[in-house]
Amino acid sequence: MRKGFTAMPEPTSFTSRRGLLLGAAAVSSASLLVGCTSNASDDEETAAGGQPAASDSPGKPVTIGFAGPQADHGWLNAINDNAKRRAKKYSDVTLEITEGSNDTAAQIGQIETLINKKVDVLVVLPADGKALTQVGLKAMRAGIPVVNLDRIFNSPQAYRCWIGGDNYGMGLNAGTYIGEKLKGKSDARVVELAGLDNLELTKQRTQGFDDALKNYPNIKKVARQAADFTVESGQAKMAQLLQAQSKFDALWNHDDDQGVGALRAVEQAGRDDFLMVGGAGALSAFQAIKQDNGVLKATVLYPPTMAASAIDLARALGQGKGVGGLAEYEIPSSVTLYSAVVDKDNVDRYMPTGFR
Amino acid sequence: MTQPVSPPRDSTGKLPPVDRLPAFRGLLAHTDVRTLSLLGVLAVLVLIGGVTRPDEFLDTRNLQLVLTQASVIGVVTVGMTFVITSGGIDLSVGAIVALSSVWATTVATQEYGFAGILFTAVLVGVGCGLVNGVLIAYGGMVPFIATLAMLASARGLALQITDGRTQIVGVRGLLDLGERDAYVLGVPPLVIVFAVVTVCGWLILNRTTFGRRTVAVGGNAEAARLAGIDVRRQRLYLYLLSGLCCGIAAFLLIVLSGSGQNTNGNLYELDAIAAAIIGGTLLSGGRGTITGSVLGVLIFTTITNIFALNNLQSDVQQIAKGAIIVAAVLVQRRTASTP
Repeated sequence: MRKGFTAMPEPTSFTSRRGLLLGAAAVSSASLLVGCTSNASDDEETAAGGQPAASDSPGKPVTIGFAGPQADHGWLNAINDNAKRRAKKYSDVTLEITEGSNDTAAQIGQIETLINKKVDVLVVLPADGKALTQVGLKAMRAGIPVVNLDRIFNSPQAYRCWIGGDNYGMGLNAGTYIGEKLKGKSDARVVELAGLDNLELTKQRTQGFDDALKNYPNIKKVARQAADFTVESGQAKMAQLLQAQSKFDALWNHDDDQGVGALRAVEQAGRDDFLMVGGAGALSAFQAIKQDNGVLKATVLYPPTMAASAIDLARALGQGKGVGGLAEYEIPSSVTLYSAVVDKDNVDRYMPTGFR
Repeated sequence: MTQPVSPPRDSTGKLPPVDRLPAFRGLLAHTDVRTLSLLGVLAVLVLIGGVTRPDEFLDTRNLQLVLTQASVIGVVTVGMTFVITSGGIDLSVGAIVALSSVWATTVATQEYGFAGILFTAVLVGVGCGLVNGVLIAYGGMVPFIATLAMLASARGLALQITDGRTQIVGVRGLLDLGERDAYVLGVPPLVIVFAVVTVCGWLILNRTTFGRRTVAVGGNAEAARLAGIDVRRQRLYLYLLSGLCCGIAAFLLIVLSGSGQNTNGNLYELDAIAAAIIGGTLLSGGRGTITGSVLGVLIFTTITNIFALNNLQSDVQQIAKGAIIVAAVLVQRRTASTP
């Protein structure tokens, strides 16, 4: 398997699509990247869960305002937790965190309050990136640099730095993992359980997955159904897929939360004749991968640790520093995180980042 | 069982619209054109499924699957049918299912095992129904507003309890209930519960004074009151009944998905209302049919099943679903108006 991972596309292919990838390695996931590309049972120095920071020694005090959506999903909850825990780690950081809201108007109000409070830096995960662009612009004009987390604003003028996940890469890596697993198999059949279809990110994930599978002519995607990120829908759609496809070799499920339901459907149907790959990185998925007694063999990360990295970036911004490990005097303007594949060999390392 | 039913004048003193009476003959109503047309729609769907995916669709496992998937929303729809028949509406069913399923799967509740989860799910459902009922019957609130408020607060409370997390159930005995080994003569336990709820619902609506009072209140509440029916108490009971159904449905959902999540029961209110309406229950009240509602649920579930088996994507599914609702209602109108 080690070969399979080193064969993964060069980072440059990401660069063309979404700015700078480089930062990702340095800021939060140098270890993630190495861990995945080698996939070796390693003994590198990373303390599990404690991502390397730009510089741990206290500097100029920074007040960071944080505004996110309502944490009604395990992943979003983990975003808040990561931000809070990271901020607590630094004695020079004060975190002003707002009550999360999915309502655009409410979130605009919260961010304006933070602007009026004159925080030094803003970290914003918008409920809707496009709709909150204006308030991002407003903050920037008021001299408060904005770190835009994951859901991107419409205009690059609305943020100083964007950091987020790579949905296309997630699909790409899931497809490549499955492709390598099924390499010797002729007429291999693959099934996809997608997330909410009216989201752009679902289309990007599917696109990446399809592109990866194109590299393996022996594999055919025979079915795709979209659930909506809930356990309930995962169970329902998976049950139908299992009935529709009496035989297939691999399944990629976009989201570990709906994966709980999907695994339940697999259990109920009494099927174990295929390999399943998840998405996002939930604790329950990590545990299932570690136990290795079911169909779930791996999951592709969409790391909520990006919130911790956003705090790091905001702190560096506030202190006028660059990012440790990079030569520049400033932080990058765009950071796309890597979607590492977590399987049995490296799951222990990621276990502390798993969200519930 | 199907001796001519006299109008429910004896208990209510008021006649529902006379031409609607056949709808109440229920499960064996071979004369009911509405039920027949629904069966026709279902037959066409079965034909489509059988032609497009013969091996997968016409399969015992698929029948078990469709019925299982129909169970949760089916139980909710039975309760909804009563409420709509009485001229009311319950927009909070999905939220109550979410709250019940979440409350019943907290770590603390799970310590009490199977019985604790079942008890909590049902109790929370009934409790929410009670609040709805009191607000509407004695607080004088419009059902639409009262249940809308319940929708918002029950969802909020569910979110507060879970903190956005998925609560995974570890009680083995409960999970086993959803597995193949638990099937009784090939019938999944969930489907048995659905069947029992359906039969009880049918009996209550068609064979008891409670059912007749429900119809009377929906037909003309003022006339019902003048005829001596305690309309307010009747309304209280009806929302209580809907809450009870939501509690049972929440329990089924926990068994089915092996977890509790605050996103559970998403848009159940719309699915249940749609199933009841295409089943032949009048949205304005005064006429209700459990048979029709259950057929409505089965039609929706079968459509979803056929689409999934044919690997059609959700955009196509949604468009077709809307078209089929319109078609089913139009066909029904036509056949019903020319008996």
